[in-house]
Amino acid sequence: MSMWRPCAEVERCVGKGAAGEGRSCGETSCSRAGSGVVCGREESGVVGLILSITQIKLDGLSLFVLMAIEIVQPSVGLSKMAVSETHGEDSPYFAGWKAYDENPYHETCNPTGVIQMGLAENQVSFDLLEEYLEANLEATNWGQKVSGFRENALFQDYHGLLSFRKAMASFMEEVRGGKAKFDPERVVLTAGATAANELLTFILADPGDALLVPTPYYPGFDRDLRWRTGVQIVPIHCERSNNFQITPEALEAAYDHARSMNIKVRGVLITNPSNPLGATIQRKVLEEILDFVTRKNIHLVTDEIYSGSAFYADEFVSIAEVLESRNYKDSERCHIVYSLSKDLGLPGFRVGTIYSYNDQVVTTARRMSSFTLISSQTQFLLASMLSDKEFTQKYIKINRERLRKRYEMIINGLKKVGIECLKGNAGLFCWMNLSPYLKEPTIKGELEMWKTIMHEVRLNISPGSSCHCSEPGWFRVCFANMSEETLEVALSRIHEFIKTRKQ
Amino acid sequence: MLSAMATCNSHGQDSSYFLGWEEYEKNPYHPINNPNGIIQMGLAENQLPFDLLESWLNNNPNASGFTAQSNFGFKEIALFQDYHGLPAFKKALVDFMSEIRENKVTFNPNNLVLTAGATSANETLMFCLADPGDAFLLPTPYYPGFDRDLKWRTGAEIVPIHCSSSNGFRITESALEDAYQQAQKQNLKVKGVLVTNPSNPLGTSLSMHELELLVNFISSKNLHLISDEIYSGTVFTSPGFVSIMEVLKNKNLMNTDVAKQVHIVYSLSKDLGLPGFRIGAIYSNDDIVVSAATKMSSFGLISSQTQYLLSQILSDKKFTKNYLTENRKRLKQRHEMLEKALQKAGIRCLKGNAGLFSWVDMKRLLSAQTFKGEMELWKKIVYEVGLNISPGSSCHCSEPGWFRVCFANMSKETLVLAMQRLTSFVDSTVKKTNQSRHNRNSRKPKSLPKWVFSLSSFTTARSVKNGA
Repeated sequence: MSMWRPCAEVERCVGKGAAGEGRSCGETSCSRAGSGVVCGREESGVVGLILSITQIKLDGLSLFVLMAIEIVQPSVGLSKMAVSETHGEDSPYFAGWKAYDENPYHETCNPTGVIQMGLAENQVSFDLLEEYLEANLEATNWGQKVSGFRENALFQDYHGLLSFRKAMASFMEEVRGGKAKFDPERVVLTAGATAANELLTFILADPGDALLVPTPYYPGFDRDLRWRTGVQIVPIHCERSNNFQITPEALEAAYDHARSMNIKVRGVLITNPSNPLGATIQRKVLEEILDFVTRKNIHLVTDEIYSGSAFYADEFVSIAEVLESRNYKDSERCHIVYSLSKDLGLPGFRVGTIYSYNDQVVTTARRMSSFTLISSQTQFLLASMLSDKEFTQKYIKINRERLRKRYEMIINGLKKVGIECLKGNAGLFCWMNLSPYLKEPTIKGELEMWKTIMHEVRLNISPGSSCHCSEPGWFRVCFANMSEETLEVALSRIHEFIKTRKQ
Repeated sequence: MLSAMATCNSHGQDSSYFLGWEEYEKNPYHPINNPNGIIQMGLAENQLPFDLLESWLNNNPNASGFTAQSNFGFKEIALFQDYHGLPAFKKALVDFMSEIRENKVTFNPNNLVLTAGATSANETLMFCLADPGDAFLLPTPYYPGFDRDLKWRTGAEIVPIHCSSSNGFRITESALEDAYQQAQKQNLKVKGVLVTNPSNPLGTSLSMHELELLVNFISSKNLHLISDEIYSGTVFTSPGFVSIMEVLKNKNLMNTDVAKQVHIVYSLSKDLGLPGFRIGAIYSNDDIVVSAATKMSSFGLISSQTQYLLSQILSDKKFTKNYLTENRKRLKQRHEMLEKALQKAGIRCLKGNAGLFSWVDMKRLLSAQTFKGEMELWKKIVYEVGLNISPGSSCHCSEPGWFRVCFANMSKETLVLAMQRLTSFVDSTVKKTNQSRHNRNSRKPKSLPKWVFSLSSFTTARSVKNGA
């Protein structure tokens, strides 16, 4: 192995001069990388191993587990960005996908295949959408009007179709039971929440700055928030002892940690309801987070992509409601991300939005959305669908009920064999605790369990470490992307597995 | 409170290119409701063959819906978010690209990356090929949107390759070298060259000589070459379109390193007139570029609904063949119409063979052969004549007096009216000039109104469109 340098992949810096290799301290004279070299930057043309380090807090001791990922020999003349690994696709989150792709379960053609439980898709309410489409053909064929198609095909204004923005704003209001108001003029359209989150990061933070994100978090954030933006994620550590809720102490600790590394914190990014926890954030906690960001004079991005997937409408509190109750004081630091990929089950259509209370952010985000506009054909279809109040009310209500039913099915099924899950009330997944079954209470133990479940039990579930969970043994298990029958099969496989494990 | 990127001006929207748009939006021409309004000639849209698409849709009423004609129903399409793209669509798209190039080259769908428009494709390629501070060389004049697309979020720089009217704005070897040297002087690392072929705003396709020059240049300097071929389907007359891929093939360079340094950008916004649908693509022979760009496309995927519709349209080979022929025919007619009318008015234009616009020489109408003079003329044409055309300076042209005039985004009648207005303006201007020469001694110098100088203070652009 030839000489290597610490790369931008290292996620957690432990300060200058720390022992051990491969740590990015962000210092310009890192004792490991050598003086004059900025630690954390990848040197092109160097072949070697990138060591990915995950820090685990366990009983007050910090353990470091090194995961070696082989570096691709960079092509002559490509950007550093193109050859870095910050796209994060070497995480187990994506590797499990691969195992599924190679041997996918099918109830008749491949009943022993891998069941995909790592994909947070909502497939429980498609019939409602199909019903709508059958009854409203003009939504997809432009009403057979000659001018309809032409106008729509030419429409590339980055403000987006007004009828669609209005429909989106009113849908967001409906999802919140009318407890918050949304102004269509503040709705910025992007091709999915993936684009929305990246765009906001470009706008709110400079390269090298940090966003604070509570753990465990959606693995995609590592790419979406960091890759092309050059922004860092500093974790807000959440623990099972209080059901992984965000505490003021954890917020302060994360902030201080960033500051100790001379990293400028530009904002906090939370997902509410949470992925992967499958739980809504309590109003009290939202208020505390809002107070925190106000005190520190930083931004708050709330990804409410699962807002329509809360099982009980009144259990979801949007940041918009909290802002409204404060008369929108200090709201210009708040920005909401939404998408139809989860609530409506339309990830392929690439429908995301940024809702910002900050005029400058709205203007800038609009301009930047040029790089990620929603197809006008799709805007047209959804404008029609979402402005149909009869449809949306029915959909929102039934969708919640079906998700709740699925959740109860999986929770009860797991309970039967003694597996506990975090008490959830939203989302398309449950947060399952397999720590009692790990061979060792470490990430290594967790990944071993994960591999076993993938290859022997043939279920693709997401290990907590891929979500940066600080405690090993937790797994995210999706339940809405399959039929009830398939879920039964998955549960019976888990039953078998636990039985043998107990023996 | 916001990032440097958010607060800087690299979004480029203070350019006159966008300002003319604003003026048009405030007072748009309508044959009945606003016959004295501004006619939009600054928008490179292709509205000529819409009826062909409309009749295809009428004949294929199920294509835009989701009835299971194939195995793909609504659910499958709605769930499909694989950034590798819908295979049927990619296949149909590469076939279409091949057809446009008269099947002289074929494309492998596995080397195609789908993006939400060419705007996204160009930016993504820059992210893949250039580090912040690196430079790409671009021949002038070039599409104003590049200032934003290539530089804003990527931190890359553009160094111009100056082209002049003395040789029809063709790229020369010395111009390439000069640009390269200029970049060195500015301590900028040059990563590549980006050309638009056929050119926007020139409306001409690159000659074989220019293409070979480019291949030699990037080969000797070890650079990338991005060829934005977004207008490839709009080449309406000889000398015909030669794709950079064709040149590589003819020179037996396809399996060499040089081939890996060449990347094509394409889109259906111009050839098919579907800018709203956001259909763009990157084609590269370099697997690492394809891989990185594919991952980056996550930030700007094409709606699966749209991919599905277009896969059906483009798979209809009878339709595509007829469409391409008709499109070229109609563009040729329009171009001739515009050229003749300009000639009659005593205005020359660059001999064009492609695109949705003409590159027009209005030097003789300038009060002074300077960019100030050009801006003065432009304002007159927008406000007094009521035509929004794009001044060459917004395209970074190194000589004042040239304007891009679009002809494919309006009806024939509107074009006729626009030409009438222009002709009257030219006549009266020439009369005035003759008079002023006659009265030269008694004439006071005219001071330019303040607004000519305060373009940069326009910071709000309201209803601004994309990618024209």
